[in-house]
Order: sequence, then C-alpha cells, then structure tokens
Amino acid sequence: MTYKIVASQCTGCSACEPECPNQAISEKNGTFIIDPAKCTECIGYFDEPQCVAVCPVDDTCVLDAAYPRYSA
Amino acid sequence: MEHQVISLSSISTPKNGVNLEDIMQQKAEHQGCGTQGGSGKASCGSSAGQGDLAPEIWEKVKNHPCYSEEAHHHYARMHVAVAPACNIQCNYCNRKYDCANESRPGVVSEKLTPEQAAKKVLAVASTIPQMTVLGIAGPGDPLANPEKTFKTFELISKTAPDIKLCLSTNGLALPDHVDTIASYNVDHVTITINMVDPDVGAEIYPWIYFRNKRYKGREAARILTERQLQGLEMLTERGILCKVNSVMIPGINDGHLVEVNRAVKSRGAFLHNIMPLISAPEHGTVFGLNGQRGPSAQELKALQDSCEGEMNMMRHCRQCRADAVGLLGEDRSAEFTTEAVMAMDVQYDMETRKSYQALVEQEREATAAARKAEMETLAGGEYSDVKILIAVATKGSGRINEHFGHASEFQIYEASSSGAKFVGHRRVDLYCQGGFGDEEALETVVIRAINDCTAVFVAKIGGCPRGALEAAGIDPVDRFAYEYIEQSVIAYFREYLDLVRNGTVTHGQRGDAQIRQGAYTAA
Ligand code: SF4
Ligand code: SF4
Repeated sequence: MTYKIVASQCTGCSACEPECPNQAISEKNGTFIIDPAKCTECIGYFDEPQCVAVCPVDDTCVLDAAYPRYSA
Repeated sequence: MEHQVISLSSISTPKNGVNLEDIMQQKAEHQGCGTQGGSGKASCGSSAGQGDLAPEIWEKVKNHPCYSEEAHHHYARMHVAVAPACNIQCNYCNRKYDCANESRPGVVSEKLTPEQAAKKVLAVASTIPQMTVLGIAGPGDPLANPEKTFKTFELISKTAPDIKLCLSTNGLALPDHVDTIASYNVDHVTITINMVDPDVGAEIYPWIYFRNKRYKGREAARILTERQLQGLEMLTERGILCKVNSVMIPGINDGHLVEVNRAVKSRGAFLHNIMPLISAPEHGTVFGLNGQRGPSAQELKALQDSCEGEMNMMRHCRQCRADAVGLLGEDRSAEFTTEAVMAMDVQYDMETRKSYQALVEQEREATAAARKAEMETLAGGEYSDVKILIAVATKGSGRINEHFGHASEFQIYEASSSGAKFVGHRRVDLYCQGGFGDEEALETVVIRAINDCTAVFVAKIGGCPRGALEAAGIDPVDRFAYEYIEQSVIAYFREYLDLVRNGTVTHGQRGDAQIRQGAYTAA
C-alpha cells in the first residue's frame, strides 16, 4: 500500500513535504498530495511513516487501501 | 503646562549619530538604575528607560518596538509568514490557524515565498521609515522551516543591512541552527518556554516531532525542555540577545513560571515576557475546548511582580497580530498585499530612513526631560506605600491623546512616590466598533478591563461614559489632555496624596480586572 493525504483535512502547512525520504509529497492547489508510485511507507528508511509522524492533524496521512502493501 | 507639539519637520537633524548615542548613555546613567538587576527596580520608573538592562543590551533594544514600550510608538516591526510548518503540537494552538502565541488566534496569514517576503519588507521599509525590525515567527516554527527562514534573512540583509532581524521559536530545533543564526547577524531570538519540568510540559504539549520520530507525553516534554535550555545557552554564549516568552496557564504552569524565570535568567535570557493564555472555545484549541481559562489581570500582574526581582519583565506586550504593518495603532497592511507589492518598483533609501530616526530620538529626549522635571516635585513621606493604577488612552508619542470612546486599549501606569511605572495594557478593542460607544459595551468591556484603576486619563470623554465611570468609582480625567503621560500620572498622584492627607479620599485597594480574550487587533 501507499500513504495518501485526506485533502479535506490537510492545512497545507507543508511540514510533511521535506520529511519524505522519497520526495513523494508535493503541493497541489494549496494542499499536499502523495505520489503513490514513489511512497514506500518509509520502509527501509524509518520506523514510522514520516508524513504521519509530523502531520499536525490526526488521521490526515493514512494508508490508501486502493494499493497493495509495499514490499521492498 | 503648555502643549508642546513637536513637528518632525521643524526639528533640524543632529549632525551625526554619535551625539545621540552619548545622550542615551547619559540618560541611562542619571536614571540611577543599577545595571546588575536586583530590587532597586521601582526607582527606575518607566518602561521607556533602560531599567536593569546592561548598557550594551539597552543599546541594542532601545529602538526595538517589542522591547521598549516607548519605542513601540516611534518604531515599527513587521512579520512575514514564510514558515508554515511546525514540529511540536501545543494545547493552546489550533493548527488550522497561526500560532496563538505569537499571533492572533483564528487568523490565517498569507503564505509568502522568501522572495515575495523580501520584496514586501523592502517595500514597507522604503514607504515607512519607522520600520526597523523584521520578525519571522510563524505561522509555524521558523526553525522547522530553516531554508525558507534563512533565505528570507539572506535576501533582506543584502539589500537592507540596517533592518534588525528577529526570530521566534519553540526551541526544539534551535541547537541545530545557532551557528547559522549567528552568521546572519540575527541579534534577537525569542524562545517560547512554558515549563522546565516534563510533568508540567506533558499537560501543555501532546507531542513533538524530533529526529524523524514522534514523541509523546513526558518524554516529549523532557526532550523539548533540554533542547530549549541548550539553545538558550548556546545563543547567549555567542552574544545573541535572547528573550523568553511564557504563556501563563492557570492551574498548569502559573506557579511553575517562577522556576522557569530562574532557569532562563541563569542561562542568560535578558527579558522574560509572561503573557496570558488566550483561550476561547471558538478558537478550537484543546484548551479552548476543555474550558481551560486564562488568567485575570491581577493574577498576571502578581506573577510578573513576583518574577520582577529576578530579572527584567516585559509588560507592554500586546500580543499584536503578526500580520500588522506600521506603528502601533495604525495598520497599513492593506497597502502591502502581495499583489500590490509585486507590482511595486522598490527603491530602498537608507538616508531618508536615517534622518527620520534621528528626529524620533529628539522627541524621545523631550519626553524624558518632562518626566524628570515632574519627578522632582514628588515626595512620598508617610505615604510611600500608597500605589494606585491609572488607565491612559493614548495614540502614542508618550501623550494622553486619545478619545475615551476611540481607545482600543488603555495603558496602565502604577503611580507611587517612586514615580510612574508602566505595568501593562488592557485591551478593549471590541468596544466602539461603529465609531461611537454603546452603553452596554462600555459597562461590560471597558469598566471590567480597567476596574482596578483609580482614574482613567483621556483627551476627551462624553457625558454618558463619564457618568458610568464615576458610578463604578473610576475618576475620568481630561484635564491632562495632550500632556505627557508620565508627567501627568505623577501630577495626579500628588493631588491624590493631598486628598488622602486631608481626608477627602480614603485610599483603598480596588478590585480585579479582566483580560480581554483574543490578540490585539487594532495595531
Ligand atoms: S509514508 Fe513515508 S514515503 Fe510515503 S509519503 Fe509518507 S513520508 Fe513519504
Ligand atoms: S503535514 Fe499534514 S497538514 Fe501539513 S501539509 Fe502535510 S498532510 Fe497537510
């Protein structure tokens, strides 16, 4: 799977963008989006997904069930 | 006493700046304040003076609107919002809005790129010569956005090296950036420190994001306090001025802030600014929603008084909204929208700015001289313990020059036989929005805000509010209209003592007053 950002909750604070080890996050129309092709759920880099850890709004960076779990 | 209006155009500029420096130094010396801090505070009278600050620190801050109440009326600061991200969560913050500590709850600043921000600063500085200070304070934490923050500093210091740069931070990332801060010649850093005890911190901070990990509760607070104090030490080692802001949260850190005061003083902070918690359910913060109250005016003053022997307290902070542009009481931000700024052809003229600033210094000298003359007439004798509070309606320049009904805030002075001492502000900025007062609001807002005052000084006041004030036991005074504030406070106090002496008035303690919730909107 990959993480996605719930656009209606994102404040556009940009905190997640520089923390992603895969540069998967970018700004689009004032909120941020994750490129599912680049997100590795932070596996291989950190113990916890960085976007989830830094995001000030709970349940805004969430697993996207539309994709299978990532495997390295 | 005649009204003496000093027009800026009628004064010749001094030949060089060295004179002014000398005068400020002499003034500081004959005020008789020790430079070591301590208890001789009351004799230092005014917020306008050097107080207990060491001369080299006073030299740096005397023109800084956030550090000198008097400077606030002559010099302006602005903030640019280039730092949206934050690395901690505070219970007094709603992440949808700007940081409630440095800004106005419920406001969203316009986000700027460093290039836009630099252009805006130069545009404002060339239009408003009073603009001497640029701060980066949010909406998130400037050091959680180091590239944007330092890029902005770099661009501005290249074109306008005379603008002072400031930074406000929660301190978590501070130790990592101290050297960069020093390299940009940032001479003022504000750290918000609400606790030095992780158990207290756990009640204020739900989590922090540090070194790629989210920490919660006590552990989060432990890391935060270690980083804050370490950052403070590193800055003072490098000679960078450091102010500490604390938010007073009754029942959580109110008593503990005395300990915070000691901890930051011993690590070299030059000022400690204790601010009241701003908390209302509509802000959507944890504290707003769980009913955590802010302190009353007397609770805040008592805490500031109990810390004062320890070090300099800053009492004039109004928690101005961060996006204001211009002098206190005039907001010109509408002239400087991003759109307007980007279309401007900005010419930065350092000479015009310098000559304006020299005139301001002369006006400040005049105020100081008037205060000194009045002080010499005051002898306390058997009434040396008597203290009263006086509310003053002013638009600035150290004079009583605001109409009662137009005041968005009152300055509070404490009068005693040792002089007039500025002790804070009371904001009433929701009263009189239509340009005329309605009695309901007058009763509920202004009187509650200044209820602990014996008198209120105004330039003018209508019959109705006069009656309401008198009924509440507050003396409405317009006979000092357009005079210097401190001189008038001392003159009034002398008359008051005469009335107490001959038995016309019985001196007694007045009640408490309320702190209006919400950041200052009129600046
Ligand atoms: S989970 Fe990790 S890799 Fe995926 S978007 Fe978030 S930070 Fe980037
Ligand atoms: S950290 Fe959260 S709120 Fe901020 S931009 Fe990223 S997803 Fe949006």
